Amino acid sequence: MEFGVAVASHGEWQVLTVTGEIDMATAPRFRQRLLAVISTGIQNVVIDLSSVDFIDSTGLGVLMGAAKRVRSAGGDIRLVSVGSRLADLIELTRLDRVLDVFDSVAAATDNSGS
Amino acid sequence: MTTNPTSIDFEVPARPEYLSLVRSLVVEAADMDSALSQERLEDLKVAVSEAATNAMEAHARACLDDSIQIRCTLAADRIEVHITDRGSGFYPDQVEVLPEPDDPTRLEYERGLGLYLMRILTDKAEIHSSPDGTEVCLIMRLPMNNSNS
Repeated sequence: MEFGVAVASHGEWQVLTVTGEIDMATAPRFRQRLLAVISTGIQNVVIDLSSVDFIDSTGLGVLMGAAKRVRSAGGDIRLVSVGSRLADLIELTRLDRVLDVFDSVAAATDNSGS
Repeated sequence: MTTNPTSIDFEVPARPEYLSLVRSLVVEAADMDSALSQERLEDLKVAVSEAATNAMEAHARACLDDSIQIRCTLAADRIEVHITDRGSGFYPDQVEVLPEPDDPTRLEYERGLGLYLMRILTDKAEIHSSPDGTEVCLIMRLPMNNSNS
């Protein structure tokens, strides 16, 4: 699947839905889209990785950078990843301890449980 | 499985747009005997991506236009993937150790997971580096019943 990032609003959350592979080839575009959203002053960001076919440490690094920027601006950032290899990788690198991972966009944008 | 090891060699330009091709070719080669589970193939895919990324970055730092070399060796008991670059080399033992995940300063680090992933996702990741370049050898051992066939 071709790499792409779609942005949509869910209440106070901006949801970035990513498709395709995230590696050194596509990470610059991913980072650029993230920065474009964050620079608008949006404080709460959900990154939906459910349709990502592949990610390596370069992609994980972009997520870490985004988390740093959003949190330093007082916002929140959440990931959506469902039973995928990607979720295993996030757990393996223990990034789930610094990034909140949800099963669905609905769960991630539901503030009642946060 | 053949008795004698079979090697598949190829090279790609050291440019990011070829990373996906490297991953695909290695996984296709490794899956020829269907000896590795899908999960282990996915592990290998990530490890190869890390090694190839490092190789491409090494060439970029050294302003080299040379291709990077990849060799997949299919043996009775294992699959080896060698990824070789002609960059300036590095010292794996001197790579900075990341803060623990519970440490808030971990977010300061966007890099540094590549070597860790290579090592944890393969049975063995050997790195031979010198000022003339780096060779990474990723080894995936095959199930015992496969080596007896």
